[in-house]
Amino acid sequence: MRLLSTKATCNSHGQDSLYFQGWQEYEKNPYDEVRNPKGIIQMGLAENQLSFDLLESWLAKNPDVAGFKRDGKSIFRELALFQDYHGLPSFKQALVDFMADIRGNKVTFNPNHIVLTAGATSANETLMFCLVEQGEAFLLPTPYYPGFDRDLKWRTGVEIVPIQCTSSNNFQITEPALRQAYEEARKRNLRVKGVLVTNPSNPLGTTMSRSELKLLVDFIKEQNDMHLISDEIYSGTVFSSPGFVSVMEILRERNDADGVWNRVHVVYSLSKDLGLPGFRVGAIYSENDTVVAAATKMSSFGLVSSQTQYLLSAMLGDKKFTRNYIVENRKRLRRRQRMLVSGLQKGGISCLESNAGLFCWVDMRHLLHSNTFEAEMELWMKIVHQVGLNISPGSSCHCAEPGWFRVCFANMSEETLALAMKRLKAFVAESTCTQRSAALFNGTSKRKSLTKWVFRLSSRDHREQEER
Amino acid sequence: MNMLSRKASQGCHGQDSSYFLGWQEYDKNPYHPIQNSTGIIQMGLAENQLSFDLLKSWLRRNPDIVGLKNDGVSVFRELALFQDYHGLPALKNELVDFMAKIRGNGIKFAPEKLVLAAGATPANEILMFCLADPGEAFILPTPYYPGFDRDLKWRTGVEIVPMHCSSSNGFRITSCALEQAYQQAQKLHLNVKGVLITNPSNPLGITMTKTELNDLVDFAIDKNIHIISDEIYSGTVFNSPRFISIMEVVNERISVNNTTSIWNRIHIVYSLSKDLGVPGFRVGMIYSNNETVVAAATKMSSFGLVSSQTQYLVANLLKDKKFTFKYMEETHRRLKRRKEMLVSGLRNAGIRCLKSNAGLFCWVDMRHLLSSATFEAEKELWKRILCQVGLNISPGSSCHCCEPGWFRVCFANMSEDTLKVAMRRMKAFTDSNISAVNDGNKRVHC
Repeated sequence: MRLLSTKATCNSHGQDSLYFQGWQEYEKNPYDEVRNPKGIIQMGLAENQLSFDLLESWLAKNPDVAGFKRDGKSIFRELALFQDYHGLPSFKQALVDFMADIRGNKVTFNPNHIVLTAGATSANETLMFCLVEQGEAFLLPTPYYPGFDRDLKWRTGVEIVPIQCTSSNNFQITEPALRQAYEEARKRNLRVKGVLVTNPSNPLGTTMSRSELKLLVDFIKEQNDMHLISDEIYSGTVFSSPGFVSVMEILRERNDADGVWNRVHVVYSLSKDLGLPGFRVGAIYSENDTVVAAATKMSSFGLVSSQTQYLLSAMLGDKKFTRNYIVENRKRLRRRQRMLVSGLQKGGISCLESNAGLFCWVDMRHLLHSNTFEAEMELWMKIVHQVGLNISPGSSCHCAEPGWFRVCFANMSEETLALAMKRLKAFVAESTCTQRSAALFNGTSKRKSLTKWVFRLSSRDHREQEER
Repeated sequence: MNMLSRKASQGCHGQDSSYFLGWQEYDKNPYHPIQNSTGIIQMGLAENQLSFDLLKSWLRRNPDIVGLKNDGVSVFRELALFQDYHGLPALKNELVDFMAKIRGNGIKFAPEKLVLAAGATPANEILMFCLADPGEAFILPTPYYPGFDRDLKWRTGVEIVPMHCSSSNGFRITSCALEQAYQQAQKLHLNVKGVLITNPSNPLGITMTKTELNDLVDFAIDKNIHIISDEIYSGTVFNSPRFISIMEVVNERISVNNTTSIWNRIHIVYSLSKDLGVPGFRVGMIYSNNETVVAAATKMSSFGLVSSQTQYLVANLLKDKKFTFKYMEETHRRLKRRKEMLVSGLRNAGIRCLKSNAGLFCWVDMRHLLSSATFEAEKELWKRILCQVGLNISPGSSCHCCEPGWFRVCFANMSEDTLKVAMRRMKAFTDSNISAVNDGNKRVHC
């Protein structure tokens, strides 16, 4: 008899992929300005490290909050005992207000329809458990966040069917692509329960257009058991036009939204906007009472610490602070993105034009020696080992076209970013020179070393990185 | 066509509505010594509210910690970014020390075998996902914590096969009962993957004996199955006999027999919700000797990590060994005192309890107050106690007890004065009850 469950022994948590090797290389040799200036620079981590000073100064001005005090009185006891899965009311109110502010107050949210979860990871999995049976499927536009392969599928038994997007139209979702994905699911005998999009997109860094959103809402209207999940975790990182349009805004504009109101759900988190992934604050928003009720009970499996709920209820409740934070954070992100884009340009590398996120979707197709994913992996390894940059290859995001990479810009200092750009420029210059000698290169031995490398590394347990 | 999943619909209807009546009634009419002295007293909540003063005074002495500082330097940034599912090393080191201390330092725990999760609730669910496939089963001795019906089964598809314990032997686990439960599972074509025990027991409030633990280990070896020991109440043992963990018993076996395979099938669940009384902070964990389980559970903990802000606080709290030592000693003293208050209060009302040495509740014998030895009569009695006496206690049927008439009554989630009021009410009830057990005129207005 099998000792452990199938889930424990399979690898559908997706962490044995070649892709995680880059992480290990980084960890063995991490860049440090002083101690290891030749080390690998981490550009695969979608963290927002640009605005901690603002948060820290707020904390310094409000020491009582972290100290479990309210109006000078200790509420430690109440918080220590507070494990109500309905969540701290003051926190939910502050959170929905913040979410509305991010959307320019064009949408408002009812705090009774918010379910708090320990991060968006938990929120997304919970929605799968609520909406989908084992063996059914959700459609996801590619490229998408690699973590979804684990978060949506692993313990739920749900399948993902990709909606292939391409550079021909800047990776926007088209109706033919949507239909094709639906057809593919049908051929595989998978019942499609809906579509999940990340808006703004990870890894593209772009906000979805109104027409894409309308297309999706129209699509789920066709069948009365299909849902639309909009993971809006990056909604607060939109730093230039076009602005952010949430799917909720589209619904509010339509007269025919009646049929779909209760099948559209939003996921949010404070991990990207506020840069607080360690605090595990996520949320599901849904107008569907049954979903809210079930998700609320399921949140027992990943509640937000009451200590953290209280701290953030005070911080987000400080409207003067949050409004300033949102504006300043956007400014800093925009500046950083421009640094990355121009730095890449100097190296003859272009990016998808983006207006959001903590990363750029970088076009290195011209650096591939063939239009294949093998060539993409080779290029990626070179960039990790020779250039010393850990970036994310598009294949890890299930991109349909080889040669695209996600490069983060908000998780390091300006100096480090500048250095990364210098290194890349040097690499490109060198590659251009040696491209002519590529024909002389022994392709066979290259493949052998790739295989050896794979076996050596894939036998080890990998530390996961939150690649989001 | 179903718009939502079956799980979503189950979750909304799977509750025993009468059990939740107790909660509703309490919420509508909660006792307050001054503002509502005739309200319902909550005795169904297994919370440890006895030692907050100690924690608060520690916090006052350590303002830097809550301020997210280390030696005056802010660690906010590092904590804000820390989402490594391996957990804060400092916290895991402190937790294994703390766990060892609770077990009299007779066992050493290794931090790399510890997996943190947002409470014992996700810890238990994760273990189900790791050890059993949908449709497989775990044996649980009754009576057991009602939450297990959801935590272990709901999203995992795992079945629970109850192993019935009775008052005839103090609700102890026996080899015979284990075997019976196993046979029952076979009849139902259920593949048993293991046994889950809560030790100390909820709702019994007793620690398991070495004999019970050895019988359990023998059984698990024989059937080649796992043992999960939920030791969430291990820090609430306030009286002898001392707490013996499953780990201690298995360690003994190994040094004697050199049988190592059972070693790989022992898993402990723990949490700070009961010992430290901080259920809101969501600090739970799995301890396992099985590397594959640790690896899989670590990844699964992504779905419920402990807030780094809280990890930092707790790591520092536990690091203060002088404090934790005094805290545990004092908490045990207070729990013992409270339990004795409850036991003598009930005795005064002619009601006996199972002799207990742990937990935040007593397992109370009200069989003699039943109009008949049936669960209907138990429900009636429960309702009368809720509505006439004004005490929300937990009926044994909600814990799947096979004998009607037992109730779990909590003693650590209220003030001493409130407990005294509850005992007075109980006495008044039983005094009048003696003369009017079947008085149909006593209407229940709830």
